[in-house]
Amino acid sequence: MAEAMLEGARAAAEDRSGTGAASSTGLARTLSVKFLSTVITLFVVLVGNFFLFRVLPANPAKNLTHNSTLTAKQLAAINRTFGLGLPLPQQFWNYLVQTFHGNLGRSFVNQLPVSQLIGQALWPTVLLVGTSTVLSTVIGVWIGIRGGWNRGSRFDRSSTAFVNVLYAMPDFWLGMVLLITLAGKLALFPDGGMHSFTGSGSGLAGFGDLLWHLALPCIVLTLVYLAEYSLVMRSSLIDELKADYLLTARAKGLRDDLVRRRHAVPNALLPSVTLIMLNLGFVISGAITTETVFSWPGLGRLSYVALNAPDYPTLEGTFLLFSAAVIVANLVGDLLLTLFDPRVRQA
Amino acid sequence: MSAETPVLTPRALARARRKTALVTFWREFRKDRRGMSGLIILAVMIAVALLAPVLANSRGLNPIYATAAPNSGPSLQFLLGTDSDGRSVLTELIWGARNSLLVGLTATLISILIGALVGVVAGHFGSIRARAGRLTDNLLMRATDWFLVVPFLPLAMVVARTIGPSLGVIILVIGLTSWAGTARIVRAQALAVETRPYLERAKALGAGHWHQMYRHVLPNVMPLLLANTILTVAGTILAETTLSFLGLGDPIRPTWGQMLGAAYSYGVGTGNLVWLLAPGIAVIVVVMAFTLVGHALETVLDPKLRER
Repeated sequence: MAEAMLEGARAAAEDRSGTGAASSTGLARTLSVKFLSTVITLFVVLVGNFFLFRVLPANPAKNLTHNSTLTAKQLAAINRTFGLGLPLPQQFWNYLVQTFHGNLGRSFVNQLPVSQLIGQALWPTVLLVGTSTVLSTVIGVWIGIRGGWNRGSRFDRSSTAFVNVLYAMPDFWLGMVLLITLAGKLALFPDGGMHSFTGSGSGLAGFGDLLWHLALPCIVLTLVYLAEYSLVMRSSLIDELKADYLLTARAKGLRDDLVRRRHAVPNALLPSVTLIMLNLGFVISGAITTETVFSWPGLGRLSYVALNAPDYPTLEGTFLLFSAAVIVANLVGDLLLTLFDPRVRQA
Repeated sequence: MSAETPVLTPRALARARRKTALVTFWREFRKDRRGMSGLIILAVMIAVALLAPVLANSRGLNPIYATAAPNSGPSLQFLLGTDSDGRSVLTELIWGARNSLLVGLTATLISILIGALVGVVAGHFGSIRARAGRLTDNLLMRATDWFLVVPFLPLAMVVARTIGPSLGVIILVIGLTSWAGTARIVRAQALAVETRPYLERAKALGAGHWHQMYRHVLPNVMPLLLANTILTVAGTILAETTLSFLGLGDPIRPTWGQMLGAAYSYGVGTGNLVWLLAPGIAVIVVVMAFTLVGHALETVLDPKLRER
């Protein structure tokens, strides 16, 4: 599916450049259209969220209380607290106002404000997702360049096979296998969490402890996501191989690795760069399962716990944040594409 | 081959033409070693899934009838050991194949139907000059973009939780959230088909929108759609695995994802390791098989890709 999405994203990018050329009123217009469509997408997420949690369930109050039997009085109290008795447009307006004030409700589990829970879990996820995205991009692009440039070589064949296996692997399964072997049997790594229970120490020792805990979940996410980057990099480099400008570069007498570094790779890099941004949605899926397996106290684990409690306000809040992050990342990817690719920029 | 055909009706001609096309297609596909190995693996897996009631008694799935020691390693009686309820992991794996493939295939069917419909309609009306046509295309593509952008797993988690977890809900949720990529690809292809002379001919002869889309655009999008379908199955099976692992499946109907979820909840690394390894390897093998077949199909259909 990821590949289908990628194709879709590519088609979308080409499409946008195409339609842009038809209107051809310059960069400002392209940019404002992109911003506007991002705002609309975000708004639709808000509407969808509202409908899913308040309109779709036949009786939201029952849903909110795990279907336990309620007296009419309790039901009325809940309806009053959550404003469920109001007309829908009024409810929607209240919901929008509250959300824009950063009020996402209180968790059913521990009564803490959801925004506070999210605030606590934000940094661990940014750390995990950020580190693994950087690592998987660098390693994946490197594998893709090496394999694509010497297509059919032994390195290419073995790396493609390896990458295809990684691509077919459920990330949480890889996580559990590593957890059992490296953390359990060999005890090389901690079996989850972000800090040691005995206290992680301060300064350098604390940082080392953090890295030691970060290692396994980070390896899992890196391995699973480098697969896609290397496949995309490889195929876009192969697409460039027959280009005329490479022939020209060779005819000039440039050495093979200069032809690769200065001419082929910069042009082939474009799809990968935008893919990193477009891919954040998948990385978040990976973060949810991987954080669960390794008890990493981030947003993914927060949403898993909320899912099984079930703790609707927290689930709702994390969904909203994930969607917003991915939508904004898509906008950034789009803008980067506009910045890097003159064909899109001139449109 | 038409020499033996006594009456050359248009239908007979069309059938003969399709037959030769199919034979050529198969000859080309057979040359692809990786595609063929994927196909053989899939044939075996589908046979296992269909023969599940013969291969393993479904009573073995009911914890009430499980008398073996829980979470014990492989033995002669239980080749892959037992799970935390004392059920045979092999029995669960076989029935898991049935349910996992069922979810993967039906979710793909939903996803492909929506994707093809949206793609063909948007492509067809998008190629029309009229304002209404452009508007249809635009609206459909904005909806597609939305589904393309919103992260799949959080959305699926939220929907499955509000409706209530079950196998049917998982199928629906995956199908309804994964069609956007297909719609994009189909639309691009449909736009290319729309410029062909035979569509102009059909329009000149007074063909309606439905006729144009159904008889001309759709058949020409079909090969691409087929390859895309096979690749989509790989994705939906992985999606099912993830959702079931997170606890959104139906506990009475085991899938591989659910086995992994149970293995995670009831003691990773204690007792029977095969309980964790076997379903994971099964997922990898099936997903790879679908990917290999899908890529082989793409290569046969688009020889430009052969160099990759």
